[in-house]
Amino acid sequence: MNIDLAKIDSIIEPYKGRQGLLISLLQDIQAECNYLPEEALVEVSQALELPLSQVFSVATFFKAFSLEPRGRHLIMVCLGTACHVRGGERLAQKLERDLGIKPGETTQDFEFTLEAVNCLGCCALGPVVVIDGKYESKVDSAKLDSILKRYQSEANKG
Amino acid sequence: MVTLTIDGREIGAREGETILEAANRIGIYIPTLCYHEAISPYGACRLCTVEVNQRGRVRLVASCLFPVEQGLEVKTDSESVRKLRKGLMELLLASCPDSERIQSLAREMGVAETRFALEENKCILCGLCVRVCQEIAEKSIISFVGRGTKRKVATPFFIPSEECIKCQACAYICPTGAIRFEEGKLVLPT
Amino acid sequence: MMPEKVLGKRINSPSELEALEQSIVAKRDPDKPCVVLCAGTGCRAAGAEEVVDAFREEIKQQGLGDKVEVKSTGCHGFCERGPLVVLRPKKIFYQQITKEDIPEIVSESLVNDNIVERLLYADPATGEKIVYEDDVPFYKKQTRILLGANGEIDPTEIDDYIAIGGYSTLAKALFQMSPEEIIEEVKQSGLRGRGGAGFPTYRKWESCRHARGAIKYVICNADEGDPGAYQDRSLLEGNPHSVLEGMIIGAYAIGSHEGYIYVRNEYPLAVRHIGIAIEQAIEYGLLGENILGSGFDFGVSINRGGGAFVCGESTALMASLEGKIGEPRAKYIHTVEKGLWDRPSNLNNVKTWASVPLIINKGAKWYSQMGTEGTKGTMIFSLVGKVNNTGLIEVPMGTTLREIIYDIGGGIPGGKKFKAVQTGGPSGGCIPEELLHLPVDFDELTKAGSMMGSGGMIVMDEDTCMVDIARYFLTFLEEESCGKCVPCREGIKRMGQILTGITQGKGKEGDIEILEDLAGVLRDGSLCTLGTTAANPILTTIRHFRDEYEAHIKEKRCPAAVCQELIQYSIIEEKCPGCGLCVKACPTQAITLVAKKQPVILDQSKCIKCGACYDVCKLGAVAKR
Repeated sequence: MNIDLAKIDSIIEPYKGRQGLLISLLQDIQAECNYLPEEALVEVSQALELPLSQVFSVATFFKAFSLEPRGRHLIMVCLGTACHVRGGERLAQKLERDLGIKPGETTQDFEFTLEAVNCLGCCALGPVVVIDGKYESKVDSAKLDSILKRYQSEANKG
Repeated sequence: MVTLTIDGREIGAREGETILEAANRIGIYIPTLCYHEAISPYGACRLCTVEVNQRGRVRLVASCLFPVEQGLEVKTDSESVRKLRKGLMELLLASCPDSERIQSLAREMGVAETRFALEENKCILCGLCVRVCQEIAEKSIISFVGRGTKRKVATPFFIPSEECIKCQACAYICPTGAIRFEEGKLVLPT
Repeated sequence: MMPEKVLGKRINSPSELEALEQSIVAKRDPDKPCVVLCAGTGCRAAGAEEVVDAFREEIKQQGLGDKVEVKSTGCHGFCERGPLVVLRPKKIFYQQITKEDIPEIVSESLVNDNIVERLLYADPATGEKIVYEDDVPFYKKQTRILLGANGEIDPTEIDDYIAIGGYSTLAKALFQMSPEEIIEEVKQSGLRGRGGAGFPTYRKWESCRHARGAIKYVICNADEGDPGAYQDRSLLEGNPHSVLEGMIIGAYAIGSHEGYIYVRNEYPLAVRHIGIAIEQAIEYGLLGENILGSGFDFGVSINRGGGAFVCGESTALMASLEGKIGEPRAKYIHTVEKGLWDRPSNLNNVKTWASVPLIINKGAKWYSQMGTEGTKGTMIFSLVGKVNNTGLIEVPMGTTLREIIYDIGGGIPGGKKFKAVQTGGPSGGCIPEELLHLPVDFDELTKAGSMMGSGGMIVMDEDTCMVDIARYFLTFLEEESCGKCVPCREGIKRMGQILTGITQGKGKEGDIEILEDLAGVLRDGSLCTLGTTAANPILTTIRHFRDEYEAHIKEKRCPAAVCQELIQYSIIEEKCPGCGLCVKACPTQAITLVAKKQPVILDQSKCIKCGACYDVCKLGAVAKR
């Protein structure tokens, strides 16, 4: 995977020396690269004058961050309580089966990354699945099938 | 200066001192695992928990962090303290059954065996190594990585660090022998 | 420096603010038809964005462009029925609208003065169609002092907030009140922190004001992590200026000039709206230097959380604001004395901050009339799970659980039986039917072994397994524990293992006692409240639903038919017409079609108990037990 270091530098620039904004900075880098490349973390540690071990510690502590490249589509299945009592866990199992990956993993073709999330704050309409930021509410296995098909056929076309 | 009582003994202590420091000074034993006088207290192992009566409010606190105050009454070996320490050692014994230090502390707390499935960890995640590297060696080569039950002590990207000065302070301070130096190289717990 | 006049928009005094408010109001005709659309996250998930666009387009097409206004607002609360639209000034209420409904709404209700019957809300109890928003039972029993404005304003327009009197309370606070008077008013109001623990707000403010240190911080905790709660999100999305106004007033009372809003990055709309609000407030001189010409300076920045439940804990949140991992520390020295960067720091929840302008504006007496002896004011709950009317509700403290679940929530769907309501998130507990008469406030919920928490209220019916719920929360906490202290890290792991075993039919006599022992270690030994309260979901389910634990342990049976290892699916032959829907749905080819009009056959050896057949069968021909 090619990493545009100049782009990363320009993201880091306004954060220089501002240690309190480490998490926000990592979020911006992840939004750009879709994961946190090793080179970027080294640069972050220099720009914020923080030990690399601290940057690495933070990058592995928070669930939002990934140290591995992620797929083209990010599927988040909500496992908040409201979604759980309405069958969220079974949706997660179905996604694992259908995609052949566990939460936190990415399909080999880099099309899909699956994440299980502890509440997305859309509790009234559970169970909820979010694909690339789009909320799908009151999902059941049939609805999930049709959603997945939509993205899969798009992938096959592309 | 403030005056407090520890296990019925009235003592003077300077403001800012912790209960553990005050107790140690007068020779009252409080067990610890994540504490070392040369580095800042962390409050992770909870073994140093004592019972305090603070103006009538009785509660359990970590003595390595709780600052002394005027009129404080401390019990280092009350029944609730003993029960908690026993519970902690049962958990630690299941996690690190082969560690001699853990075995001897467990015996001391009256824990002969554990009701939980045994694991094979060496590291108890007390963080002494992380703090000694940061505060004494001033290198911050290692840190906690991951969170919760997946937490471990590691170098960035799990790659041996070239900045390690091999002072071996981490290995020296480790209570369970989880960190070693082999042929001059840092070996971290897996 | 640029002279302030050139900036144009800056408001330099309370009288300029008043003049601005009047000029905004004067420009607006209260009788002009206005289409108010809920575009909160819930309604967006149901398609609100297309509906907003379609409305704008249709209104233009039917030539009403200058006669009708379209306003896209934050969450109205009745998420179950979204997308929602309210036609002002009459407040006609349409629900579950799609873009196909819009031409009809525009021609019938905007061009003419008719009601589109089929889009009205029908009371499930009586079947009666309800025309006006205020008459809908879901809203009727609420007291929406915090949420109400969500339905009135476009959260991206500061003028909308000013038009309803926004920031006039800030002017009052800065020019007519001393910091001590503000703290006294908050004290008299009885306001307790809405983040969960219910600590009296004035005491925090007072301690922080008196703490030694030149630099002090105020922090808004919007790291709403309790699963099943989303009220902070809706306030930040729908009325961000109310939170800002509260923070500025609080900062003035405390003597702070720097504030932080720590908000979940999982809430992109909230991040965006609070960001816009800050920019607009700066432009108007309501944030920054010399606010409203008072000489008081205050700035706010946004920090986006990285996804860690434990950061809802104040010391973990502050550590993360310092660029460290979200690890709590002991609070023997309070954060009001030594918090962020070791300086005095006052942290309050979103709802607490949003309550402040109301209290200062309308007075402590007005506020303290609502609620119970120990807990004043209102509380926003997210009423979710197995209840008919899911959504956000706001009621005076002291409203009973039964009123909330049955009168507002409309009871349990599908004729099922109520089993429990879970409050307080992973720190809370499950409350059974016998306790539904409880008036909700901080103290009553704690007495019941649960907690207020941040206001999540998840209703569970007879199909919910309480052992599975306990296991669910432990799994949640195991993932979210920071891992620092032994009791929380090791204890939660062991409790999770035992509970998982029980749900898999591997439970042993004595497991309940081990769970209770571990609960004691967690409560007494953990470093922060994540650990000390972690056992609450287990203890309350053991207390109220011990028979379910025993059925799992002794009989290897899950009475609610939830725990996969303990249940079996089967075909009820009399009911099965052999339509084949389940055959298609089955991922493991465990079901085979025999012939038309003949029941299908399920091969247990191939069944993975995914429940796909059960979900897809509309005839109830798949049994689960």
